[in-house]
Amino acid sequence: MFDPIKTLSPSVPDIDDDAYSMDDFEGVNARWCHACGNNAILTAVQKLCAEEQLAPEKTVFVSGIGCSSRLPHYMGTYGFHALHGRALPIAEGIKIRRPDLHVFVNTGDGDCCSIGAGHWIHAMRYNMNMTVLLHDNQIYGLTKKQISPTSPRGLVSSTSPRGAYLEPLNPLAATLGMSNISFVANAVDWLPSVLYEIIHQAFHHRGLSFVRIVQRCPRYLPHQFDEYMKDPERILLLTHAQGLHVQDAVARRFKHCMEHDPSDLDRARELATNQERLPVGILYRNPGVLCYEDVRTSVEHLTAADKVKALEREFDKFTVQPTS
Amino acid sequence: MNDSTATSELDGSLAAQTPTSAVDQRRVDEIRDHVVEVISDSGEGAQKCGQSFASIAAKTGHGVWTVEIIPAEIEPPARSIEGASGNRIRVGSYYVNNGGDEADVVIAFNEQVLLGRERAGGLKPGCTILLENKWRHHQDPAIVTAYTSTCEQLMADGYQVREIPMEQVCLQHTNNPQRGKNMFVLGMLSGLYRQDLEVARAQVAFTFRGKGEQLVKRNLRLLEAGYEWATQNLEFAFEIPSVERKEAQIVVNGNTALALGIMASGMEICAMYPITPATSASHYLSDVFENVGGMVHQAEDEIAACAFAIGASYAGKCAVTITSGPGMALKQELIGLATMAEIPLVIVDVQRGGPSTGLPTKVEQGDLLQAIFGSHGDAPRVVMAAATIEDCFYLPIAARKIAEAFNLPVVLLTDANLATAQQPFARPQLRKEWFAAPVDQSAIPEGERPYDWDDTTGLYRRFTPGQPGGMHTVTGLAHDRSSRVAYDPATNEEGLKHRSLKLAAFQKTLTVPEVFGDPQGDLLVVGWGSTKGVIEEAVARVRAEGQSIASLHLTYLQPMASGIGDILKRYRQVMTVEMSWADRLEDDLITYENRRYSNLAWLLRARYLIDVDCWSEVRGQPLKPRMVTEVIRNKLAQGVSHV
Ligand SMILES: Cc1ncc(C[n+]2csc(CCOP(=O)(O)OP(=O)(O)O)c2C)c(N)n1
Ligand SMILES: [Mg+2]
Repeated sequence: MFDPIKTLSPSVPDIDDDAYSMDDFEGVNARWCHACGNNAILTAVQKLCAEEQLAPEKTVFVSGIGCSSRLPHYMGTYGFHALHGRALPIAEGIKIRRPDLHVFVNTGDGDCCSIGAGHWIHAMRYNMNMTVLLHDNQIYGLTKKQISPTSPRGLVSSTSPRGAYLEPLNPLAATLGMSNISFVANAVDWLPSVLYEIIHQAFHHRGLSFVRIVQRCPRYLPHQFDEYMKDPERILLLTHAQGLHVQDAVARRFKHCMEHDPSDLDRARELATNQERLPVGILYRNPGVLCYEDVRTSVEHLTAADKVKALEREFDKFTVQPTS
Repeated sequence: MNDSTATSELDGSLAAQTPTSAVDQRRVDEIRDHVVEVISDSGEGAQKCGQSFASIAAKTGHGVWTVEIIPAEIEPPARSIEGASGNRIRVGSYYVNNGGDEADVVIAFNEQVLLGRERAGGLKPGCTILLENKWRHHQDPAIVTAYTSTCEQLMADGYQVREIPMEQVCLQHTNNPQRGKNMFVLGMLSGLYRQDLEVARAQVAFTFRGKGEQLVKRNLRLLEAGYEWATQNLEFAFEIPSVERKEAQIVVNGNTALALGIMASGMEICAMYPITPATSASHYLSDVFENVGGMVHQAEDEIAACAFAIGASYAGKCAVTITSGPGMALKQELIGLATMAEIPLVIVDVQRGGPSTGLPTKVEQGDLLQAIFGSHGDAPRVVMAAATIEDCFYLPIAARKIAEAFNLPVVLLTDANLATAQQPFARPQLRKEWFAAPVDQSAIPEGERPYDWDDTTGLYRRFTPGQPGGMHTVTGLAHDRSSRVAYDPATNEEGLKHRSLKLAAFQKTLTVPEVFGDPQGDLLVVGWGSTKGVIEEAVARVRAEGQSIASLHLTYLQPMASGIGDILKRYRQVMTVEMSWADRLEDDLITYENRRYSNLAWLLRARYLIDVDCWSEVRGQPLKPRMVTEVIRNKLAQGVSHV
């Protein structure tokens, strides 16, 4: 017969404290399509975990539903593959009582900008200390090529056979218009060193860092980002002492490279809506924004006896004494 | 017997003003119980008056149960039939467990709200009505006509109407009687029921504590004026003998009890989105939860609230989310996730009228089936329902324990009736073990898997982030014992089976509920939730007529304890009494083949293969024992519940 006491009792740890390598952050084998941009994102976060020597047991990857949201399964950390659109509030719940955990969120363009859009606005405002990666392939991948809010006008998909009707939602401009934001960046999956550097900066930012990653979907939109990949003219690399740092060799590959001070929100908004060139780098950073957990998580440790005392005080308010 | 919270510094100054009434020459009727209603336009304070009267009655050793009378709008037009706002208080010289039948005494601030209560069937034929009479002299002739014709009509209908110059008397003590009339009325009521004036004073001082000495003094003056007025101007009074109270009790409504229970349960996160009638629990909790290391998170919507609670549970101790029917519906997908990923979670649904926005401030028991079966696929969870205010305190403690021991969601159902009703219960003796243990952060031994289901019970030890060696990804997808996504048929069934087995394992811990009444006989009435007191009172009345009947009240609805089926078989007929819709066989189109039963009747019929009948009333009001008594008599006489 099952013995809950025995089964639930903690056992003695046996910790091996060698340094972590990238292998320590590998979960089950990734099952994305060949050349899917998600593979690059996975590599970047595994590298980050190893470089930062994050304890795998202290790290949680939270995701919604979609191809992108499979990422936690491929990590060797804790993971929470949740519901379509709901990764952010789950991550908030984790963070509120466990500020000791490193929390990452992986979400897709449908997951974040459509079904989870309400949570997106509010997550930005809560500004809890976590790293949010928006895998934006401009299509619904997992459900086989339906239009997404970020799909460009005219895009032919299973649900827009005559082309998408509306102008797309711009996730960068939208985020930069939200309240209490503290970190907004844009990356592309095909520039691994830049992607890594942006995620690295995002991780070190205290508050919610929102990284939109333009992510290729070779299966359903194989040529969607060719214009940016083939023509470096179309990319605007944003560097700054307080922003992205890249090696000269990398910078030299881009015709358009500019210094952008990430504290300049107005400029960030202009860059985000630039039709000609895709900005890559850190658009906005403000380390001084209030984090929800800082004002909501109590620091003092209460013992059971303290709690009993506090509750007795509450009971006192409502007590009627025995008669006679 | 006095409450020690009396403000001693005020006692001295007021002693001189204590009414030195002439000898009380009123006729005094000794009664066992009474139902009293205090009603006004909203904002005039009848609710505060009624609640204070209930507290005074409780403090002087009476059984009480209160029912809030609330209009649907925050500020309905003044003097309107739909605008009645106030409180119904049943006071008795015994343990009172429901709001009783129609009112014996009504105090009304205007005749329109009174009419509203009359039309709602709230008044007992011939009952005593104490009515503010200032309308008789109003400058608007339409108001005067409305007032006088209503008075005449009510008198013609046999009600004992007493017109009282409430405002006029108040004017002798305050220049703004609008703001103090309710305390004058409280004094009148206390005088009418010969309550101890000292206790009433202490109550007023407590109610206005922290609002300044001036205000306390003014309200005490009004209280005393009302008391004196009743003593000198009414030729009758009532005496409800008090019962001895051997132990300390607490007097709170169901939502406050719920909040206290949550605090005592060791849960530390309550995530919610405002919705009546659940919200007031979070108001109180927001005020005091931090004192026990907890917090209330008002999320952007109910879905986020549920997700937040799941995240907090996953990474630490079990969390709770509170809502009402519409929010419950929104949470269902996430409740399914908590079932699938096996994350402890407590969901409280303070039920209100539905569907859709329904009767947002009023009572209904329509969520039982969505609580059990909501969500897609097979999403087993435990469902329990509070029947008393005391249950509202203890069930969150049980819910947290069950959720953590079995790694599943537990739904606790209460309703609008319990949310606002006050009923004293024994002051709880707190136990430290109610508070959850610290989060386990020990290393996971090599080879242990995150879903190592015990083959008999489905139980296993859950891994929490922070535990070395326990890394895995929980998922709403079908998964194996290592939490790896697995779509193969055998693995899917293995997961379904073990998640379901946990309910069976939990069911083994349940004890069969006690039957109220005859151990076998002609009729068994089955109920759940806030109707317990009403059903038992009706059963007692019919048993007193010589019938052999009983009732059975279920706290655990999913799963149900072993032995219930055997109980049902001991009675010639079985019926449920509920506040969720059931088709009525006397309607032309309704037959045995298309009748839709109320919630619990469906469940009992399906599980026990017994022809369980049901009677329900879904009028947005608590059931009345008199009505249920008639239903039982009918059922015994004719074999059908609705005729
Ligand atoms: C409530 C709900 N609605 C719909 C779905 C079906 N669904 C799964 S993923 C998805 C869209 C995925 O698109 P995106 O977020 O862009 O992720 P991608 O697969 O492109 O990475 C949809 C509609 C679901 N799982 N749950
Ligand atoms: Mg997508």
